[in-house]
Amino acid sequence: MGADRDACSAAPSRRTVLTLALGLTLGLPLLDVAAAQDADPKAARPREGDRLVFASGSRKGRVIAPADAPPGEPPLTAYPMDPVTSVVRDGSRLNQVLLARLEPEELGEETRGRAAAGIVAYSAVCTHTGCDSWEWQPASKTITCPCHFSVFDLKDSARVLDGPAPRRLPALPLRVVEGVLAAAGGFSGRVGFQQGGG
Amino acid sequence: MRSVRTLSILTAALALGLLPAVPAAQGPYSPVTDSRLLNPEPQNWLMYRGNYSGWGYSPLDQITPQNVKKLQPVWTLSSGVAEGHQSPPMVNDGFMFITTPQGQVIALDAKTGAIRWRYKKDLPEDLLQLHPTNRGVGLYEDKVYVATVDAHLVALDAKTGKVIWDTAVDDWKKGYYMTLAPLIAKGKVLVGTSGGELGVRGYVAAFDARDGRELWRTYTIPGPGEPGHDTWQGDSWKTGGVSVWITGHYDPQLNLTYWGTGNAAPWPGDMHPGDNLYSSSVIALDTDTGKIRGHHQYHWNDSWDWDEVSTPLLLDVQRSGRAIKALVHPGRNGYLWLLERKADAIGFIDAKPFVRQEVFTAIDQKTGRPSYDPERKPTAGKTVTFCPGLWGGKDWPPAAYNPKTGLLYIPANENHCSTLEGLATPYEAGKLYLGVDRPKIKLSVRDGAAHIGELQAWDMNSGQKVWTHTFRWQNWGPVLTTGGGLVFLGGTNDRKFRAFDAKTGAMLWEFTTNSGITGVPSSYMVDGVQYIAVQSGWGVDAQRMQARLDTFFGTKTDVPQGGVLWVFAVKD
Repeated sequence: MGADRDACSAAPSRRTVLTLALGLTLGLPLLDVAAAQDADPKAARPREGDRLVFASGSRKGRVIAPADAPPGEPPLTAYPMDPVTSVVRDGSRLNQVLLARLEPEELGEETRGRAAAGIVAYSAVCTHTGCDSWEWQPASKTITCPCHFSVFDLKDSARVLDGPAPRRLPALPLRVVEGVLAAAGGFSGRVGFQQGGG
Repeated sequence: MRSVRTLSILTAALALGLLPAVPAAQGPYSPVTDSRLLNPEPQNWLMYRGNYSGWGYSPLDQITPQNVKKLQPVWTLSSGVAEGHQSPPMVNDGFMFITTPQGQVIALDAKTGAIRWRYKKDLPEDLLQLHPTNRGVGLYEDKVYVATVDAHLVALDAKTGKVIWDTAVDDWKKGYYMTLAPLIAKGKVLVGTSGGELGVRGYVAAFDARDGRELWRTYTIPGPGEPGHDTWQGDSWKTGGVSVWITGHYDPQLNLTYWGTGNAAPWPGDMHPGDNLYSSSVIALDTDTGKIRGHHQYHWNDSWDWDEVSTPLLLDVQRSGRAIKALVHPGRNGYLWLLERKADAIGFIDAKPFVRQEVFTAIDQKTGRPSYDPERKPTAGKTVTFCPGLWGGKDWPPAAYNPKTGLLYIPANENHCSTLEGLATPYEAGKLYLGVDRPKIKLSVRDGAAHIGELQAWDMNSGQKVWTHTFRWQNWGPVLTTGGGLVFLGGTNDRKFRAFDAKTGAMLWEFTTNSGITGVPSSYMVDGVQYIAVQSGWGVDAQRMQARLDTFFGTKTDVPQGGVLWVFAVKD
């Protein structure tokens, strides 16, 4: 489990080193994308304690409680929200989070450890080319990306069951705080697709 | 750690073209002038389809039906990325340029394959790519132009790859992106926008080749007060699609550029009532002003996702004793259209199906307007099956015309049908806007059908099909034809690249590449040797159709991804 977790994602020090090295080598001004992102709370990735709010629809912006995700329903799309400033982190598409309530006994061990009230959370952005629309298969508890038909298993760390996606959807650990859903940490890996090439 | 870091720096520097990867022959770069674009030399491939008429024809005749069996790869290049590698290798006096998905342009020595430079667009990390591909560069004077998937138009120095200018054409967050090769005409760089599945409002826009300044922008959906606006109701025109994602063609005598347009969005017609001009049409734009001088709508109120983005080929056709300055378009709607170019209009001559088509019940012989079987037109809440399916009789892979044989070569798909059920969904900027119940989308193949893919050859003077080669699976191969009497295409899931006798359709040669080929092939000559070049890199809709066919047949077909440029020559 977790063998294909992105090694780069949780290693800001290495990224900083590379950015620094590249900038010095090329004589370019230093551009630390990660730092810039952190400076804008709307674009910053979710962090421990962030609440989750509806991303769209009539309840857009409302904080999500476990009861908002009934069993068997298609996944909800949410954005993280800073609980202190109430800033919704919708400044980046990569912050979209899928929430689904599954039966606790059908969850893989790692997934169960991240779930709260039976609700699992993943990045809503496909690791193939960045699409963020999903088709829900209630029987298998899988989701399919309609862009290129990658299939992910929500029961088991969103691992790839089929299609061109190179890796699973990063998970977001959850807990329940004051009756609503909150992030128990950041994404488990780098979200979005990889440009590649070169 | 130090060695790893050093390696990373070196790799990054190489990727940015700061160090010569392999020494490339140095030499002067031949500026691409208007007169050269009007009369491209046989040894070069200066634009998307080789000439302004969109023929996909190389006059080179060194490779023939007699010696094509000796065709062998002479060099290759890995692009380092996956997904659809669709751009033709474009060649200007020994300088070759290809593009790849993810906004890469690679300049090469066309003879040796040595890398001259590589440009990589720095794409937004949260970009959505519904169609991860690019269909090539535009060449003008000493610059190379690329339209990117984050809706930028970038001009590069042809010799160094240095960015000369970079213009944001639109906002990718609202679903606008570009995949087409720019059309260069009269000092302008012309592009169109993709995004029909994301509810954009399509357009063609022209930019000054020297500085990237926007000169004009013509929407493919007329705004309030413009002719044709009344073919839309309410606010549907604002998000009605009609994208332009394939390069236009240019008639210098009429000073018109022609563009094929996409379907109206969302898919089912009852969600955008009206004829929806200028969806699923060809439009003629004044090259200087962008003003629409003429149009022909192949089918009104599209409901089948039948983009008609392939621009018609500009041919001279004889019909009923009359010489016609024609536009010839094998449509996604499965009809082969013969239209007439005029200074202020596009005239209808003839249309006939080139695959089995069960939607049209009649074609008005004067106007070309089709009538529909309402049972074959998807609407909200109704499950409808129609043939050909949504990928149509011919999708974007371009047809070709050979003036020596007088034949038009069509990469077609037969015997497939789609099932759709309309489901209204609210528009949300930058999100899929299809208007159908997505899990219910199905692709099926007719009972008893022995094949899907076809390569067809048509005599447009007689209006008759001359030969057909069939492929068991789908065909996504853009077509190249040559003065040596050959037709080249890939397009099949068995990774083959093939050569056919242009007169008879006999298959003369095939070669198994790394991946499936949906790249546009080209031909060129350096130091007296004719080369055939093509990128192999399966992805995008060829892959999507494969997935749907596998679902239908209960098969699992592995077509590996990853782009490689192949260059072939005859070797004794």
